[in-house]
Amino acid sequence: MGLSTNEPLLEVDDLYVEFHTRDGVATVLNGVSYSVGAGETLAVLGESGSGKSVTANTVMGILPMPPGRITKGAIRYRGEELLTAADERRRELRGENIAMIFQDALSALNPVYTIGFQIGEQLRTRRGMSKKDAEKRAVELLDQVGIPGAKQRVRSHPHEFSGGMRQRAMIAMSLALDPDVLIADEPTTALDVTVQAQIMDLLKDIQVERNMGLILITHDLGVVAEVADRIAVMYAGRIVENADVHALYANPCHPYTRALLESIPRLDSKGTQLRAIKGLPPNLTNIPSGCPFHPRCPMAVDRCRAVDPPLEALPGGRSSACLFAEELVRP
Amino acid sequence: MSTPLTENEPILEVENLVKHFPVRVGVAIKRTVGHVRAVDGVSFTLNKGETLGVVGESGCGKSTLAQVLMRLEPPTSGAVRFHGEDIFTKRGKDLKALRRQIQIVLQDPYTSLNPRMTVGDIIGEPFEIHPEVAPKGARRRKVQDLLDVVGLNPDFINRYPHQFSGGQRQRIGIARALALRPEVIICDEPVSALDVSIQAQVMNLLGDLQRDFGLSYIFIAHDLSVVRHLSDRVAVMYLGKVVEIGTEDEIYTRPSHPYTQALLSAVPVPDPAVRLGRKRIRLTGDVPSPVNPPSGCRFRTRCWKATDLCADEEPALEVRSGGHPSACHHAEEQYLLPT
Repeated sequence: MGLSTNEPLLEVDDLYVEFHTRDGVATVLNGVSYSVGAGETLAVLGESGSGKSVTANTVMGILPMPPGRITKGAIRYRGEELLTAADERRRELRGENIAMIFQDALSALNPVYTIGFQIGEQLRTRRGMSKKDAEKRAVELLDQVGIPGAKQRVRSHPHEFSGGMRQRAMIAMSLALDPDVLIADEPTTALDVTVQAQIMDLLKDIQVERNMGLILITHDLGVVAEVADRIAVMYAGRIVENADVHALYANPCHPYTRALLESIPRLDSKGTQLRAIKGLPPNLTNIPSGCPFHPRCPMAVDRCRAVDPPLEALPGGRSSACLFAEELVRP
Repeated sequence: MSTPLTENEPILEVENLVKHFPVRVGVAIKRTVGHVRAVDGVSFTLNKGETLGVVGESGCGKSTLAQVLMRLEPPTSGAVRFHGEDIFTKRGKDLKALRRQIQIVLQDPYTSLNPRMTVGDIIGEPFEIHPEVAPKGARRRKVQDLLDVVGLNPDFINRYPHQFSGGQRQRIGIARALALRPEVIICDEPVSALDVSIQAQVMNLLGDLQRDFGLSYIFIAHDLSVVRHLSDRVAVMYLGKVVEIGTEDEIYTRPSHPYTQALLSAVPVPDPAVRLGRKRIRLTGDVPSPVNPPSGCRFRTRCWKATDLCADEEPALEVRSGGHPSACHHAEEQYLLPT
């Protein structure tokens, strides 16, 4: 489904990021690799602290450094290396080629400027458009993201918009310079279900229409199942499983993914007891030896404490970072 | 507590409960320009040992409902009876006794625990007000028992909230609510601030405690999957009104109110095989302002079934077609979820 066979647009390759904190050095990313192609939706799934947002912020070049530090790895956009690129070049790519939308649209928008001014800002500074033209384009963009009465609304301030409309305005802003990669960091988490469905539909439509690569960062297993083509599951700063969405839900090949799917209550069935995952996600300044999931894993054996399993390919174009991955594959 | 449960014995009866908040403008001289109709005529009963789920989107009045039931806010009108006695007329000693019986677990475990108090003080504080439950000498022991009941190490009694994770803090909040051995616990979004893998732990704990202590829950949440999992009966709220109420099975497998149907169809199901075969009802627009709700049926501005009748006449919450009450002139049961 929508998978492109050509060259990936964006590639994250073996990325390591540390945070220097008062409590010591936190290894936030520990060899993260993923890629997204044109027209493809990659979902990065993980709980808080798993590193999904840090990866995205590093790609955008907005990771605060210090405390953050990139110790290893590469990020490539159409083959061009970003981490070693000049600031000037990275600024060019930001918005123009890779754009991002955030969870909390209210704090991402500036309260003292009109929506139209903020959407038009990039057009004025980057494209040298006049104030009038930029506003005209902002109206078109607002119209595209389904804001009724865009002509009047363009002069509104963010507080006059509802949560769903603010997120639409954010999407309009991200599209202003026609990027081909869009990173959406928990775009619907702050919204109500009915509005969430509207926004997800909008993102999906826009992606198909523009043949964009979409990276959707979320913790919601339901949202992922509805829109993603591929899923990268993150835990403690690494990708533990990467698979096609259908394969992942039908046959999760990492114990963490499996446990996660079993632990959520489902709308379409009523169980008596949920299979909770015991324990807590690890403290990143003190990640357990071996496989970081071993203290919570029902399958863990002595060897899991010693060996940190790499993300290894399995049949069917998927991969898993577990010593028992092959046993978990169902033919 | 080992009092035998009697099924279907109402413990809490809510009748036509209304809570309006005045909207005031002006700096020195305030005048009221309207009312936020947060809760606008809500009725239901909660039976002993059961969980009533309350679902709805933000602004539907579900948290205001919790506050009025806790007597943290006085109602504008209406009645709430606990064991047949009106809770709003209670004063003094009677009120204090009532407060023991109805407790609350709040959403955000980061702001609902005082960071300067130890866990022992937080959980033990209710005993200061109700010393009859635990005399001074027995308090420490009691608090440790409670920690054990909610799955925390009793040795943590001297720690501070910041030394715990979100899930553990929510357990502390639950222990505090349990301290006075209440009959009813109102859970206001108790798991929505928690990570996915931790949610299940807390939900299982709530289920276990209900069984062990014969608790009745009012479980308020916006996550429909979570509500289904824990509830026996479910009330769906929209703009201050209950639009549909029924057993968990009635609401989830054959909802009859268009809003419930839209809400259910909007929830993403964690199974990609389902996404193609599923009927999606797309609602347009946003929830209208509760200051100035639409005439007649409040959902009509977003409803695809709306007719002139809906604008003129407010539909009552009553059994129409099918087996459970629904506040829609055009109520019709529909099977939405794959089974």
